[in-house]
Amino acid sequence: MFTRVFCTLICLFGISSCQKDTFSTAEDVPTPAPKFATTVVLPSAFGQVNTEQKDIRGQTIGVACSTCHEMGLGGDVPARKAHELQGFHKDMVFSHGTLDCQSCHHPEDRDRLRLANGESLALADTLQLCGQCHGAKLRDFNDGAHGGMNGYWDLSKGPRTRMSCMHCHDVHAPAFPQGMPVFPPKDRFLTNEPQHD
Amino acid sequence: MTEKPNTVGGVTRRDAMKVFGATLGAAAFARALAPLQEWDASSDFDSFVQKHYKELTPSDMERVLERLTHSTKEEYGADVTIKDVKPLDGVQYGYALNLSICIGCRKCAEACHKENNHDRTTNNSYIRVLEMEQGSIDLERGNSTYEHPVPQPNRYYMPVQCQQCDNPPCVHVCPVQATWKEKDGIVVVDYNWCIGCRYCEAACPYHARRFNWAKPEIPAEEINPVQAYLSNRIRPQGVVEKCHFCLHRTREGRLPACLEACPTGARVFGNLLDPNSEIRKVLATKRVFVLKEELGTRPRFFYFFDK
Repeated sequence: MFTRVFCTLICLFGISSCQKDTFSTAEDVPTPAPKFATTVVLPSAFGQVNTEQKDIRGQTIGVACSTCHEMGLGGDVPARKAHELQGFHKDMVFSHGTLDCQSCHHPEDRDRLRLANGESLALADTLQLCGQCHGAKLRDFNDGAHGGMNGYWDLSKGPRTRMSCMHCHDVHAPAFPQGMPVFPPKDRFLTNEPQHD
Repeated sequence: MTEKPNTVGGVTRRDAMKVFGATLGAAAFARALAPLQEWDASSDFDSFVQKHYKELTPSDMERVLERLTHSTKEEYGADVTIKDVKPLDGVQYGYALNLSICIGCRKCAEACHKENNHDRTTNNSYIRVLEMEQGSIDLERGNSTYEHPVPQPNRYYMPVQCQQCDNPPCVHVCPVQATWKEKDGIVVVDYNWCIGCRYCEAACPYHARRFNWAKPEIPAEEINPVQAYLSNRIRPQGVVEKCHFCLHRTREGRLPACLEACPTGARVFGNLLDPNSEIRKVLATKRVFVLKEELGTRPRFFYFFDK
């Protein structure tokens, strides 16, 4: 009998001391109505080929793809593989699986893209194009778990800007490149002195 | 007939010892009070008698903020706005980090450094990025001082900052209750109440707290003027500080500075109580884990891998 009471007391004490430490969490709240938009921005000078010429303000002059390709400068048969290129675009790096030019570029309408099912797609709709193969990444992007963003977490208070695929990935060689890290720590405990195991 | 005391020039040995002792005492007393000479009575007296954050009335707080703004101008030459930003109703903050896409560039740590007015000489930051061997989540074997191109093959990168635990050991050990958990889940420090004992720093299993060994040095033009009492105002020497989820930004609806700096979008922030928030989607669809779960700290900072 005494043991039972004692155990109960111990249990109660244990529970109460645990409860002291807990932090009360509230119930779910409805999502506030968004008053501001989330905008996916495209890189500057997107959809233009750099001519390496500068205009009077010192800005790089870009031309649309069709500027050359409509004039027949692209050759009679549109290229499929990088090695078929004769002059232009030869300095580009192509490393994107087994894709060829026409997997994404529309061979007839050079200012547009082409989906896997043959449908034509505006150049700006790259999320949809990339998402055909990278569905999991597109899903994560839409869930806010992939791709850089700026602005407000609470869209009832302010807008949000999101980067597109091309801000970080070169679409022709999409693996994220290596780079030197910034901001080395200068912790006084992190000198080169020998450390304990 | 009594024996005359032994004197030299009419001064007894006893008197000489008394004078010597009194001089020594006076000198020690003067030395002990010497720090008072550096005391700027006008502002320091007010900060000395200032009450605990939770006991300050709105008018008290107004005076405190005015004093802090004034002293920042005087000591650092910068015009700043210090606010007392209160937690929002119906909001509990949560953070998640995608370890599959973090590349270890440390831009989050740099953004934290600038946003939160850290000491420039020490490169202080609330974030420590660990380079980890694949196949292990042993934090003690992570390397935070790597200096080579990232990401390296067979390595992954794990930024660690305050986990805003629901059962925070740092809060329990504070002898003066200078640190506590706010109702939106953020663990904060009253820098003016902290006595600098560093118990919290020792208690934190994530090495998330930092101590101000010296008075922070920041050039006036680099000071972030948007400040809050419990977050990024310039900390005094001898107090502990920590990540506060950028509460001066997040309590006004903005994203934290480290998230905005992340080039890959590895960081996810939001309201845990909003079922449609990004953070809730991550918790529902990813296999998240917390660091050192076995300690029972119940962090609000979650990690996950894509695969």
